[in-house]
Amino acid sequence: MEFTRNNNRQLLSKVATNNRHGENTPYFEGWKAYDSNPFHPTQNPQGVIQMGLAENQLCFDLIEKWLLENPDASICTAEGIDRFRDIAIFQDYHGLKEFREGVAKLMGRVGGNRVKFDPNRIVMSGGATGANETVMFCLADPGDAFLVPSPYYAAFARDLRWRTGLEIVPVDCKSSNNFRITRAALEEAYEEAQRSNINVKGVIIANPSNPLGTVLDKETMRSLVSFINDKSIHLVCDEIYAATVFGSPRFISVAEIIQDMDCNRDLIHIVYSLSKDMGLPGFRVGIVYSFNDCVMNCARKMSSFGLVSSQTQFLLAAMLNDEEFVGNFLRESSKRLAKRHHVFTKGLERIGISTLKSNAGLFFWMDMRPLLKEQTVQAEIELWRVIINKVKLNVSPGSSFQCSEPGWFRVCFANMDDETVQVALERIREFVHQGKEEDGVSEKSKHWRKQNLRLSFSSSRLYNESLMSPHMISPHSPIPQSPLVRART
Amino acid sequence: MAIEIEKPSVGLSKVAVSETHGEDSPYFAGWKAYDENPYNESSNPSGVIQMGLAENQVSFDLLEKYLEEHSEASSWGKGAPGFRENALFQDYHGLKSFRQAMANFMEQIRGGRARFDPDRIVLTAGATAANELLTFILADPGDALLVPTPYYPGFDRDLRWRTGVKIVPIHCDSSNNFQVTPEAMEAAYRCAESMNLKVRGILITNPSNPLGATIQRTVLEQILDFATNKNIHLVSDEIYSGSTFSSSEFISIAEVLETRGYKDSERVHIVYSLSKDLGLPGFRVGTIYSYNDKVVTTARRMSSFTLISSQTQHLLACMLSNKEFSENYIKTNRERLTRRYDMIINGLKTAGIECLKGNAGLFCWMNLSPLLEEPTRESELALWKVILNEVRLNISPGSSCHCSEPGWFRVCFANMSEQTLEVALKRIHKLMEQRRRRN
Repeated sequence: MEFTRNNNRQLLSKVATNNRHGENTPYFEGWKAYDSNPFHPTQNPQGVIQMGLAENQLCFDLIEKWLLENPDASICTAEGIDRFRDIAIFQDYHGLKEFREGVAKLMGRVGGNRVKFDPNRIVMSGGATGANETVMFCLADPGDAFLVPSPYYAAFARDLRWRTGLEIVPVDCKSSNNFRITRAALEEAYEEAQRSNINVKGVIIANPSNPLGTVLDKETMRSLVSFINDKSIHLVCDEIYAATVFGSPRFISVAEIIQDMDCNRDLIHIVYSLSKDMGLPGFRVGIVYSFNDCVMNCARKMSSFGLVSSQTQFLLAAMLNDEEFVGNFLRESSKRLAKRHHVFTKGLERIGISTLKSNAGLFFWMDMRPLLKEQTVQAEIELWRVIINKVKLNVSPGSSFQCSEPGWFRVCFANMDDETVQVALERIREFVHQGKEEDGVSEKSKHWRKQNLRLSFSSSRLYNESLMSPHMISPHSPIPQSPLVRART
Repeated sequence: MAIEIEKPSVGLSKVAVSETHGEDSPYFAGWKAYDENPYNESSNPSGVIQMGLAENQVSFDLLEKYLEEHSEASSWGKGAPGFRENALFQDYHGLKSFRQAMANFMEQIRGGRARFDPDRIVLTAGATAANELLTFILADPGDALLVPTPYYPGFDRDLRWRTGVKIVPIHCDSSNNFQVTPEAMEAAYRCAESMNLKVRGILITNPSNPLGATIQRTVLEQILDFATNKNIHLVSDEIYSGSTFSSSEFISIAEVLETRGYKDSERVHIVYSLSKDLGLPGFRVGTIYSYNDKVVTTARRMSSFTLISSQTQHLLACMLSNKEFSENYIKTNRERLTRRYDMIINGLKTAGIECLKGNAGLFCWMNLSPLLEEPTRESELALWKVILNEVRLNISPGSSCHCSEPGWFRVCFANMSEQTLEVALKRIHKLMEQRRRRN
């Protein structure tokens, strides 16, 4: 008997044949446009600029310099080779002590040194992707749910739900109060879930927020902790963007909040990573930091499924324990992010496009509502198509983050060089002015009459399966076509 | 400061509170005894010798020599060219050069008798992750996988813990050198049916852990036929494929498929890793090689939870694509493992202990059943405790590998120096002498 297509469906698991991997969404269609026509300043100046990938490429020079000065951090160099066999053999899921110490120190520092993190609570995982999934496996059973304030990171749909069998209950946040998470919204979502017989096990937030780029204020944090404590449900804080904060208000870790609050610490769990703060997504450094001993122990056992390469642990241990380097890196990174953010947001302001006030993350949240034909998701997607195909910028539509208000777009700014930034701004300027001319509106006006905008777009199908070939580069990295990085192979 | 709250402990998942992580088995208890009193030639000569850890430490010098002579693999230390591309690279397809190198390496191990397409290679952080990931793809919670006994204790966790899938053993015994038989497979299948479990696949380890022996071609054919007849999957964990003592004796399922013209190969999936053959367990390098396109695509997406560090992919891509290095490594590693194996087998023989005839792996399967008070699991564990606490050798009791015949023990020999192995053999001699005198 042969495996037929139909057979395949039955012969693989439900997990394997459902769509919870999330790749059949518009979020990835933009990347396809980028992959097939990537911008290059000289070779392809008309190509699509990648602004849908939250990477931090601003501080590699600092790390490269450190690597040059510290050859013994590599077990492959003459200076480091005497550590090779010990490290190559090391697969203890507790992780290298120096690595844990380095990470704990970094987390403390990033939190403004207001909290001390215990290296013995540091548990590894396969990136924050692995960390979030692991925490879900520890806290909830298939069919249970987590409340997730929207808009939220698109891949939560996969990370929290795919293999775990959990459900997401969105907690809608609105622009009317700058998308703050309110106690009322949490209560409402929780009650609604209860009425539908959905067992809510906890809340998961990203702080700083992806896609908003904002940090949660103390009051909101305290309200959150109080909420989950009252309901006796878990709070997972994904603090992956903690060190991408610039200016004020400062980042406040949930670890700091619970220092001054009466709450059941067994409910509090932090997810961290070096993929954004340090710009090292390829190294797969995810961290689970739980205040609950059972969860910590369980997550540690589960880390066998996603340990950090000992070679990488060793390198990062040396780097993160170099306190002078870390201090300088964090300061410089903040500065550069601030500058980049400023260039973009001010540039857009001059064109009449507003963005949500933010001071963190590798992106900003752009308000394109005035440009929508109507305030619907369909109109948002149509506008997005225009931005990808005509303006040639891959930005991410708010609907892919489950934003309840159409018209918002996440725009990444830290994954390109300064020249590309100018090209992107210029393209937006042109697009906006073109629209103004067609509109017949004077240049002094900053508002648009939506009905005069002619939007052209191709097929209305949001997703075309045949185009998702195995050769398409994954959503996570367009390398080697990244505009900043030159391809080598 | 948090108040101590008098509440029932807050709910965790069923997975979190279950014991399916398997760490309470004697397999791991022995390690504890070792950790507390580890042997050291000079500083602790009467400590426990670790013989329960299947590590390959016999060929590090070859790796170190390569690194010393090839700075491109260690390029970050000297100018860091390519660093940023590498640090950014998180594409779940994996570094093409690395996949190519892995495919070549797998071909070399099999003497070129099978071809591997780099685009079918999915990378995971270790074989541990690969086996779990495949299980998520091939079976639903509550379904079953058939696994021949004795098997690697870690399977209890890797295949079952978070997946909710069950293992139904295919019982093998010493009457035919623990080989899988069609009758045993049928019996396991019927057993699963009687428990209302849907069998989704059969998972074999070839070469076998803990037996230290390769599966014969005829048996492989029978296993493949069985899987075909029942319309289920076949997973072949070939993690020890490069650790065979002779290149010709290992037959991969890939070769069987090759001779069948790849007919009906979509049910077959191979797991591989560099943890044993190259002695690099810390680097977390596992692969899934599937002949099923949908499995490849899905596994690749799922690997997002367990990617290999790009730093490590880069290093190994350089190393393994160097044909001179890899050929020499495979050959030399084999010779050294064979030497170790001969040493331990002969040493045990002169002590009056028989082992299963092995031809691969980092361990031998030792028969101590003549020493048992009674042919029971309890007797085996009692003997194991004596060996652990008095003889001070951490070896693995067969019961922790789900062996249905008491008295067998897995003894690792590649994770120590030859001197230490001599010491271990001396201790075993002493034990046997004591026993003989007692009788």
